[in-house]
Amino acid sequence: MLNVALPKGRLGEKVYAMFEKAGFECPAIHEPGRKLIFENEEKQVRYFWVKPSDVAIYVERGAADIGVAGKDILAEYAPDVYELLDLNLGKCRMAVAAKKGFRDNPEKTLRVATKFTNIAKAHYAAQGRDIDIIHLNGSIEIAPILDLSDVIVDIVETGSTLKENNLEVYESFMPISARLIANKPSFKFKNALMQEILGSLSAQVEAEK
Amino acid sequence: MEFNRNVLKNEEKAIFDLRALYSLYGYTQYKMSKFEAYDLYVRNKDYLVSDNIITFTDTDGKLLALKPDVTLSIIKNGKDVPGSVQKVYYNENVYRVSKKNNAFQEIMQVGLECIGAVDDYCIFETVMLAAQSLQSISEDYILDVSHMDIVSEAIEAAGVGAEEKKALLERIGEKNLHGIDQICSEAGVDGTLLKTLASTYGKLADVLPKLETISISEKMRAAIEQLTRMAAFLDANGCADNVYIDFSVINNQSYYNGIVFCGFIKGIPTGILSGGEYDKLMQKMGRKSHAIGFAVYLDMLERLQAEEKKYDVDAVILYDAGADVQSISAAVKLMTAGGKRVLATGAIPEKLQYKQLLKLQEKGLEILENNA
Repeated sequence: MLNVALPKGRLGEKVYAMFEKAGFECPAIHEPGRKLIFENEEKQVRYFWVKPSDVAIYVERGAADIGVAGKDILAEYAPDVYELLDLNLGKCRMAVAAKKGFRDNPEKTLRVATKFTNIAKAHYAAQGRDIDIIHLNGSIEIAPILDLSDVIVDIVETGSTLKENNLEVYESFMPISARLIANKPSFKFKNALMQEILGSLSAQVEAEK
Repeated sequence: MEFNRNVLKNEEKAIFDLRALYSLYGYTQYKMSKFEAYDLYVRNKDYLVSDNIITFTDTDGKLLALKPDVTLSIIKNGKDVPGSVQKVYYNENVYRVSKKNNAFQEIMQVGLECIGAVDDYCIFETVMLAAQSLQSISEDYILDVSHMDIVSEAIEAAGVGAEEKKALLERIGEKNLHGIDQICSEAGVDGTLLKTLASTYGKLADVLPKLETISISEKMRAAIEQLTRMAAFLDANGCADNVYIDFSVINNQSYYNGIVFCGFIKGIPTGILSGGEYDKLMQKMGRKSHAIGFAVYLDMLERLQAEEKKYDVDAVILYDAGADVQSISAAVKLMTAGGKRVLATGAIPEKLQYKQLLKLQEKGLEILENNA
């Protein structure tokens, strides 16, 4: 049985469609209800919906053999997993954003508000810039407005949330998309099944390009 | 008294089996103190899995550390004797910060080191012992082997800067082909060979012939030939079937060289064995000879419980206050003679799971409850 952790939401549904096309369908998943685990005994596959930021944990700890997680989560938590394929879905970018007309004053420590502490630290460490990290769990956009921070580091998809809050992208630095990840021992012990799925998903990604 | 292996936990069984296995090949036990001078670890920080070390001050003011690693101590305390090898195994607890929960952990480690005039025989024997170590724990095992020279030659040949080299090595470790593509296309170099290495996975006999066709240098050819000789050795010793070639096994390049490997057991979500040749670490520590070794991390073996024990004891014998101790003893003996685990007590301890509940009466044992 291959356990697949899918991120709840639109992205997860798109990814499931790819698995379905690869021949690993599980019709029960379309039934309305609050069930989170779906199994197709015949195809030897079990899907479950989890919070997108938790997918990597399920895979790293072997509760799921494979899963789909955003590059942002992988870069932030650096789970010990294989990153087998860029699914080219859920595309966005990691960016530094600030109030319009912001000037980065190198004489001062830069105050950075973010959900992605490790990504932000690594980004500024590479530049040798001294920063003060402010970890927030949500509504990051209001931090510069209330002068809690100078900039924010966050995911930007269309930029409309930034615009509405009078912010703009100062610097984009990491393209993000959904990645197929695998638990390391599972990749070895369920290799044939995984290669079959990987082959089909790669072909679908190529065809979409 | 006969020794009952069933009472042993997986990790305890593994310790006995591995010690027996290593002794067969002339390895002697290396016993060491729990503490080591902190200085040793600071000088070789990058070699350790984590920077965090538990330190304390000795009575003479010297800063000591609870061992986060065993290999460094063994290297430090050995001497180079030309032409000979020192073969030692150890069974020690090490103290490290777990990456997963960022807290210190005590990890039970069994491992071996072969130091000195290490030749092909020593290297192949060590890889075989790694495979047999895994086999002694479970028949469902896989040992992944890589050769650092092959990976580093391929990265050198790409002709990119130091930062990109480091990133490429990480991407190979993740089997991340799109990541390799991205780095190579940004640098304007060809990433085909690197992608081939990252995606290579299979049994020795299937993969090695294909590798010969992609070799690009003398060093790489020599490494492939060494792996081929190793495959023949393992085949002759009956463990080639569970050994795979996987170049995503990446050990720290500043310390490791040559053959490196990582072992997995079905049912355990992480690797439980890791090792390889570490001549570079030897050089850094002022030693002139070669070395290879590995460690088995036994802390994960509790996940391998064949069947979860449902009961704490097989039987509880209740007796009244003032009951005759000889009668209690006779009742306990009656049960233990049949190999049952028995708790004789006045009252049942809270949350105790038992198969059978008995009461010691004047006329003998009365069964009150049967849960099995």
